[in-house]
Amino acid sequence: MTGSLRRWALLPGFLLLAGCGGSGGTWGWYVVDPGTPQGRSNVEFLIGGFWATIQLSLVAAALSMLIGLLVALPGMSANRWLRLPSRIYIEFIRAIPLLPMLFWVFYGLPVVMRSFGVPVTIDAFWGAVITLAISDSAFTAEIYRAGIQSIPKGQTEAARTVGLSYSQTMRYVVLPQAIRRILPPLANQFIYIVKMSAFASVIGMQELTRRANELVVTEYRPLEIYSLLILEYLVLVLVISFFVRWLERKMGSDESR
Amino acid sequence: MSAKRVIEIRSLNKSFGDFRALTGVDLDVSLGERIVICGPSGSGKSTLIRCVNGLEDYDSGHIEVDGISLAERGSVQRVRAEVGMVFQQFNLFPHLSVLENLTLGPMKTRGLSRKDAEALAMEYLGRVRIPEQAHKRPRDLSGGQQQRVAIARSLCMKPKIMLFDEPTSALDPEMISEVLDVMVELAEEGMTMLVVTHEMGFARRVADRMVFMDGGEIVETGTPSAVFDAPRSKRFRAFLDKIIHH
Repeated sequence: MTGSLRRWALLPGFLLLAGCGGSGGTWGWYVVDPGTPQGRSNVEFLIGGFWATIQLSLVAAALSMLIGLLVALPGMSANRWLRLPSRIYIEFIRAIPLLPMLFWVFYGLPVVMRSFGVPVTIDAFWGAVITLAISDSAFTAEIYRAGIQSIPKGQTEAARTVGLSYSQTMRYVVLPQAIRRILPPLANQFIYIVKMSAFASVIGMQELTRRANELVVTEYRPLEIYSLLILEYLVLVLVISFFVRWLERKMGSDESR
Repeated sequence: MSAKRVIEIRSLNKSFGDFRALTGVDLDVSLGERIVICGPSGSGKSTLIRCVNGLEDYDSGHIEVDGISLAERGSVQRVRAEVGMVFQQFNLFPHLSVLENLTLGPMKTRGLSRKDAEALAMEYLGRVRIPEQAHKRPRDLSGGQQQRVAIARSLCMKPKIMLFDEPTSALDPEMISEVLDVMVELAEEGMTMLVVTHEMGFARRVADRMVFMDGGEIVETGTPSAVFDAPRSKRFRAFLDKIIHH
């Protein structure tokens, strides 16, 4: 990991060199050069999107984890009429591309709500949160299902024979064991949410990508600005990815203890 | 036998797909009676005792445990409160300590305080002779110790009936006797027991009645001395030959 990180760290240096290499004025790093007042304010403007991206991703991920659990639990029932809605939800949601869903939620959902007599306005933030959470919940549901089903049936049987109810069995016996297998893939899924949050830019949310787009329009330097944008996501994802590794190690050592 | 009847099983049928696991099984168990069920694998013996506490559904027939019919809605929970079960694979909760394995049921379903539940747990750990292991994780115990913990875990729920599903089949040979000893003591205290096992020495020692199953049916039943010394059916004789000569 540290080896590959060092290699990645070379990337900005390489790009900078390419830019300064003076290959006919095609590069213009000055737009994001913190050494100049203009470049500095540009960089601050771009980096200012971090918080919105992180906030959006965190809220969407938390909601997705909740919805995913509520979808996964009936999906494992012995009763097929409980299983069916869960299956339909997962198959249906998984089939919808993110961007059309985002448009539908942002432009369409308020109309639907109004027709039911609920006059709500959905701003860009919540439009993006709802879309990301629902879209991702189909995947988190499958992660929960795989994790819970990996716990041997004997655990449930033993819990039921000492008198625990279904929900007590889940809460005290199955979920505490399953969580070790669920958390790493769930954290991985968070990386996906962070990347997909870029779509929120098209409905006007001021996150990383939106800010880059706006700066490109005024500065007309797409190469440099989008390069920096990609680096911003890279940094974010690397931080999360380190966290995931740490989590996996911690969980792993817990299991073998 | 004039003692009170605690389990009544009538013409029980069950299939797994095309496989007939149980065919017309009838069995009555009296309070305090010890029954050993044996038979070749796939004969339906595990399925039968798993039906008694509702771990397995049945297709037709009738089961009544301590006056509660399993056909009634919501009866399973009440029946399980009376029936303890010990599994072949122990099925201890690996994320909890031995003590927590024992206190979980009493605290969550009997509403005992932690202090009372722990006192109860220590008492039963003493009875299965491993109180010093209370704070270890199950995986740090030997197989025999784990199975004794599992027995203690069931007893903490103060069941009227104990079911044992091949409790020594997953154990190394040198650990079998420590588990059987605990079961013998339990029998001597008057616990009603249904035991699926191939331990014929144990059966001779504690069983009031032997039940031999094959192909989902009860083929032969009687006191251990009667059935061992003079097995009537050919299938039981063949089965005894196999397990005694191997």
